Amino acid sequence: MKPAPFRYVAARSLEQALALKAELGDEARFLAGGQSLVPTMNFRLTQPTMLIDINPLDELAGIRNGSDTLRIGALTRYRSLERDPMTAVKLPLIAEALPVIAHPQIRNRGTIGGNLAHADPASEMPAIVLTLGGRLHAQSVRGERWIEARDFFVGALTTALESDEMLTEVELPAAAADSGACFLELSRRRGDFAIIGVACMVRLDAQGECIEARIGLCNAADGPVYANEASSSLVGKKLGEGEIAEAAALVQGAIDPGGSIHASKDYQRHIAGVLTARALTTANKRACRER
Amino acid sequence: MSVDRHEINVTVNGTLYRRSVESRLLLSDFLRHDLLLAGTHVGCEHGVCGACTVIVDGAAVRSCLMFAAQTDGRSITTVEGLAPDQDHMHPLQESMRDCHGLQCGYCTPGILMTMKAFLEETPDPDEAQIREALSGNLCRCTGYQHIVEAMQLAAQRLRGSST
Repeated sequence: MKPAPFRYVAARSLEQALALKAELGDEARFLAGGQSLVPTMNFRLTQPTMLIDINPLDELAGIRNGSDTLRIGALTRYRSLERDPMTAVKLPLIAEALPVIAHPQIRNRGTIGGNLAHADPASEMPAIVLTLGGRLHAQSVRGERWIEARDFFVGALTTALESDEMLTEVELPAAAADSGACFLELSRRRGDFAIIGVACMVRLDAQGECIEARIGLCNAADGPVYANEASSSLVGKKLGEGEIAEAAALVQGAIDPGGSIHASKDYQRHIAGVLTARALTTANKRACRER
Repeated sequence: MSVDRHEINVTVNGTLYRRSVESRLLLSDFLRHDLLLAGTHVGCEHGVCGACTVIVDGAAVRSCLMFAAQTDGRSITTVEGLAPDQDHMHPLQESMRDCHGLQCGYCTPGILMTMKAFLEETPDPDEAQIREALSGNLCRCTGYQHIVEAMQLAAQRLRGSST
């Protein structure tokens, strides 16, 4: 229950942090909030040779407002997103999910970049970023690049980041005026990992017909899931009970949950259908209200 | 590999400590073993139970998920720093006693530190907010009813004392 020995370096600059990572590769890990990495180190499931502490790099934290997008620095803590009134307006899915992401003490330290780079399939934020169609900015001594969310999440605890790259920023579309969103999850206790979590966003035209729908799930496969077929099935329709039930059934067919001692695969699949229907109904209502 | 050590200057409960710490030393173990402040309890050591919660620069955090080396220049409050002096308890502590909010006491220091930070930010919470704030602290003795009552009383007393 104590970490194996490692070298600790408090980064003085982004360049220094990237140079160290390029030198050591997978032997070194970036330390952001540490709320996922340190538990695995305490269990000795992870034994890096070096921890590069990026917490001193203030330039990696903060939210930048674009015209129709937001860029969130990787070191932005969940607590600051929670306290920022802009989150509820422009990122309603994230605002709704934040209170159920672990506990206040974890959110005081935990960062959005660390959460996304850790890529836990049960984690809420990868599913939300995938659902919103966000993109992720990676930097290394070799240069920088943007990675689409659908290409970033490769599998359980696995991302498209190369061993010398740091996730520095995530870009998300701001909620459109004609949109409604809803995040729902079921967990055994408040703050526990979700048995299933569902993120939905719908946009409606003046007649109340769906012009865009996006549905994503966490803990529904070995990575975050975007339910493509279910999402596109709603476009061009008014979202009544039948349409929503049909989309929920498509979601149930699209996921591959792992099951656990607390929730069998069949139960997870059942819950995914129930939560999808509820989340779509609420998102649709919210979009109607926006109109 | 030779032992990797770092010099830190950290303020704990108002006292500045200068220490040399090994990189892998958890903040929880630093407080307990190096500073002999054993009021901070260690339960699960992976961020689930909340027993080790302390306040770092105003924010309640898990001390088992931070390294002592990360606290250079920071200010920490532990449960030993709650009471104003030897003869008086903090309103949070008094309320826990008055409402029978503790039994074995293992989870209590973590709960006190979580709720100190919470009540500073939310001085007039409703029951649901208190329960949400407590969600990251596990108590396996009493259930949470008396703890919630203690926090309602503490909030009332703290509001009274600040006006």
